[in-house]
Amino acid sequence: MADHLLEVRDLSVRFHTAAGAVDAVKNVSWHLDKGETLAILGESGSGKSVSASAIMNLIDIPPGEIVSGSILFEDRDLLAISAEEHRKLNGKRISMIFQDPLSHLNPVYRVGWQIMETMTAHGRSRDEARKRARELVARVGIPDPDAALEKYPHQFSGGQRQRLMIAMALALKPDILIADEPTTALDVTVQAEVLALLKELQAETGMGLLLITHDLGVVAEIADRVVVMNAGEIVEEGTAHEVYHNPQHAYTRKLIAAAPGKGDMRSGGSERPVLLEARNVSKTYGDFTALENASFKLHAGQTIAVVGESGSGKSTLARTILQLEAPTGGEAFWKGRNLFDMPSKELFGLRRQMQMVFQDPTQSLNPRMSVFELISEAWAIHRDLLPKPRWKERVEELLVQVGLRPEHAKRYPHQFSGGQRQRIAIARALALEPELIVCDEAVSALDVSIQAQVIALLGRLRDELGIAFLFIAHDLPVVRDFADDVIVMQRGHIVESGTAEQIFNRPREAYTQALLAAGLDPDPDVQAERRRQRLQAAV
Amino acid sequence: MAMSETLPTSEPVKTSEPGAVMRLAKMLTRDRFALVAAIFLVIVVLCALFGPALLGDAATAQNLRGRNAPPFAFERGWLFVLGADALGRPLLARIVVAAQNTMMVAAGAVVFSMTVGATLGLIAGYAGKTISQVIMRLADVIMSFPSLLLAVIVLYILPPSVTNLIIVLAITRIPVYLRTTRAEVLEIRERMFVQAAKVMGASHLRIIFRHILPVVAPTLITIATLDFAFVMLAESSLSFLGIGIQPPDITWGLMVSQGRPYLTSAWWLAFWPGLAIILTTLSLNLLSNWMRIALDPMQRWRLEGRTKSDKAGETSNG
Amino acid sequence: MIQLIRQRTLASFLSLVGLIVLVFFLSRLTGDPTNLFLPIDATQEMKDQFRALHGYDDPILEQFGRYVWDVLHLDFGDSVRRARPAIGVVLEAFTWTLRLALITMTLVTISAIIVGSLAAFRAGGFFDRFASLLSLIGASAPDFWIAIVAIVIFAVTLGWVPTSGTGSVWHWILPVGVLFIRPFGLIVQVVRGSMITALSSAYVKTARAKGVKNTPIIFVHTLRNAMLPVITVMGDQAAALLNGAVIVETIFGFPGVGKLMIDSILQRDFNVVLAAIMVTAIAIFIMNLLIDMAYAALDPRIRY
Repeated sequence: MADHLLEVRDLSVRFHTAAGAVDAVKNVSWHLDKGETLAILGESGSGKSVSASAIMNLIDIPPGEIVSGSILFEDRDLLAISAEEHRKLNGKRISMIFQDPLSHLNPVYRVGWQIMETMTAHGRSRDEARKRARELVARVGIPDPDAALEKYPHQFSGGQRQRLMIAMALALKPDILIADEPTTALDVTVQAEVLALLKELQAETGMGLLLITHDLGVVAEIADRVVVMNAGEIVEEGTAHEVYHNPQHAYTRKLIAAAPGKGDMRSGGSERPVLLEARNVSKTYGDFTALENASFKLHAGQTIAVVGESGSGKSTLARTILQLEAPTGGEAFWKGRNLFDMPSKELFGLRRQMQMVFQDPTQSLNPRMSVFELISEAWAIHRDLLPKPRWKERVEELLVQVGLRPEHAKRYPHQFSGGQRQRIAIARALALEPELIVCDEAVSALDVSIQAQVIALLGRLRDELGIAFLFIAHDLPVVRDFADDVIVMQRGHIVESGTAEQIFNRPREAYTQALLAAGLDPDPDVQAERRRQRLQAAV
Repeated sequence: MAMSETLPTSEPVKTSEPGAVMRLAKMLTRDRFALVAAIFLVIVVLCALFGPALLGDAATAQNLRGRNAPPFAFERGWLFVLGADALGRPLLARIVVAAQNTMMVAAGAVVFSMTVGATLGLIAGYAGKTISQVIMRLADVIMSFPSLLLAVIVLYILPPSVTNLIIVLAITRIPVYLRTTRAEVLEIRERMFVQAAKVMGASHLRIIFRHILPVVAPTLITIATLDFAFVMLAESSLSFLGIGIQPPDITWGLMVSQGRPYLTSAWWLAFWPGLAIILTTLSLNLLSNWMRIALDPMQRWRLEGRTKSDKAGETSNG
Repeated sequence: MIQLIRQRTLASFLSLVGLIVLVFFLSRLTGDPTNLFLPIDATQEMKDQFRALHGYDDPILEQFGRYVWDVLHLDFGDSVRRARPAIGVVLEAFTWTLRLALITMTLVTISAIIVGSLAAFRAGGFFDRFASLLSLIGASAPDFWIAIVAIVIFAVTLGWVPTSGTGSVWHWILPVGVLFIRPFGLIVQVVRGSMITALSSAYVKTARAKGVKNTPIIFVHTLRNAMLPVITVMGDQAAALLNGAVIVETIFGFPGVGKLMIDSILQRDFNVVLAAIMVTAIAIFIMNLLIDMAYAALDPRIRY
């Protein structure tokens, strides 16, 4: 009899790629008990998902190769059994849900059929499967389950799709559920609901839950124990409380320190002249209102954060003000001049004063241009800014300013990591010496530790160059110690605005309060306290 | 502030980037099939350029004693290595000379249709909805014509000259480039780097020529290579049917047609020019497949790192 | 769906109008139409008579109106050579071509999907490389050349099959075989690429995590998704078959619409040529519509 429900011993997996062999995980060991939640915490490239893939027999061999180790489940080594035996366990005894449920559901089949398939693949009759599928869909909180079974994945929202994935995975009441970044692409309020659902279902069935995540907040909310991974190795292991409050390894300490939302909040910054003023800016697409009557004032050198969930209109606001979208109503004044009815020649001159940094630097940098070309394009467009002989020198200066090296100018974007690419994008924005930089989710695609570095860089530029920021984000903690003022948006409207201190400490509107409550604190004790309060409120 | 973020080791950066041509040549040597195809195509192009000047006389000199001379008989000289046609003209010389017309029609049609198609596609993808709709409906109209039949009727009514042949073939191929270009432009112009250029104040021309066209170009070149083969086959078919190039001009398709009556007695009359066609189109297809990877910066490593991954594969198997 | 049909019919109608106008003006404005309709050795008297009979002396717009009216009634006049309505001659020939195209396309579809899927399932393996090379050669081969080489080998040298006609099953083997090669080569390549993409997609991972067996993963989960790009190519190829049958029909003496057209061109039977082009064009329009409907049926995300 094994001591644990599932035990991974000494697992090493190697991938053979064009660039050579890569050790994805090295000598990894951990275990999961019945009714327990174990989180594997790590940043991208840490190998946190590899052991789960090995458990589910999802590693393609080749290019993958299992170098050593065993995975024990009920006295059997999952790495030694045949593919057919493995198949019989998958979905029945051990199930898995993934990040990005849209691409993980087959787009051309009805969701009811896909849920039933878990059961029919393991020999249940169609009638039985249909009955159970209806039950499950109702249980995971999808309205009108009968109709839902007949719909296709694209007809649901992101949160609903993840609920359907959960229903599919739990159809046969497995002993173990593996959840690989299950809430990463979801809004905070939806994330809280999905995590709560997972916890409830775990309590009902007593299954072991293995949660793979990059998010300390998710760990704090749901995990009993945590395994921290870096570069393919386990660096630390313990209860969630222990690891957070008494981290032993330098990497864990760095990760915890990088978690946003713990520094001092900024205050004021509104004594300087108004740079940008929006009055009742609106944008509709046909019948759909993306933005309605948005007004705010941004002073020189000030940072305003615009926070909201997907579909709140926060990006539309930024894009409309920068004239990437034509506004359908309202006015926006740049130093007193209305941007919305300005001759295009004058607008061209103003372009250089307001620049933008986009969410995904992989996409915002033209892959066919070198770093030098990317940055100097600004001066090719605005010819009077800098004479050509000085371009090289200035590019190198800018690269140093954003923390890269002068010789990086010759390279191409794909030769850099995500964080470095975002630095290039920032250098490009700086090339025009703007007074305002709009950051559209500029750090949300980055790992936490990189995120902290980029925000620190932006903070330094703000202090040194006096640049104003309009900082669009879905994540409240990120803006907490960076913004002067915060605007909260929901469904195209500004719900509430005020100083960071006001919004975070004394939120007036229910939606802001809900948003703050749904956000996850990296401290397990804080989350435990919040759960207790929620429970009391419910009773 | 950590400044020591290092580059990932899996992406080594060379201190000096070799020239684009050199890099492509190097990648070509990694793919044996593509290399052979490229060499063959260079030979064909050289034949097309210099063949008529060098062998023009030999290809038209009749030699009644050598009528339908069989191939691989060396006593008549190397020009007769592939045999002779019904008038005793050496087949090898005729194939070399015919390469010019064959290539000219195909190249003319491809360049014509690519230029017009890509331009219209850029406009359709970049301009407003109305213009785009008009252009797309036009493409639909051309697309829904049976292309060979269209060519047949046009060449029936108009005299079948090289120019008319090029125009007819080109028009039927325009929609291919138009649709591809438009689809790519629609996708690329929504990409963040185009938005970033807009934020910097880049003009429409700059966005089109600096940001969109370079991304579309490799796709267009790949399609053009493939299309070259298609157009060549279409021209050969028309010439074979007798409504393409007319004698005394020759193309490979016409040569097959001229050899057809002698199929049972002298198979080589139709066989060799047909083989020339099939080898050329095969080479174009191979090269196009290679280009699809070589011209894509995301996939290029497959060719650049080929030797390395082969080694890795060997160790994992061994 | 109804909107799709309406939209497509409209586009097809526009295309037809374009074709009608093109043919009219090409035939009337590039010279004397009597030269197109009458044999080359016709006397001046015959020409004058013909011109008066068909109103070629009338104003051009009046001629155009009459021409459109006739075309709308599918009245293309009589076949000069056969002395019966051109449309009848064409429809008779068209049934042969349609049969040829249907048989070929069915065989191509089945075999290309099987070969392409197998190649994709073991991508990089021996079968994959073999199939890729074979399909590449197939896609590169000129059909008229394959046809005559096939005749020399199978009909003349080996004497296994007849060279032309439609009398028995044996007569169909060579035409179908030759027509088969090019679309097969092209579609195998598309199926392979599309299956490789589909097999590496996220939903296949889910299916494996659910414990679904390999066979349903390939044939239920992947194939339907992979068929979407394949269908588009299949439509193009089917259209090309209706087209390309010209060559094969001519070489094998197959009484289809392609051979009819070439014969009519050589015999200067212009009414038949016109009718044949219209019928083929309409057939291609209908097929494109079917393709769009199949696409919508396979992918629930597509709503027209």
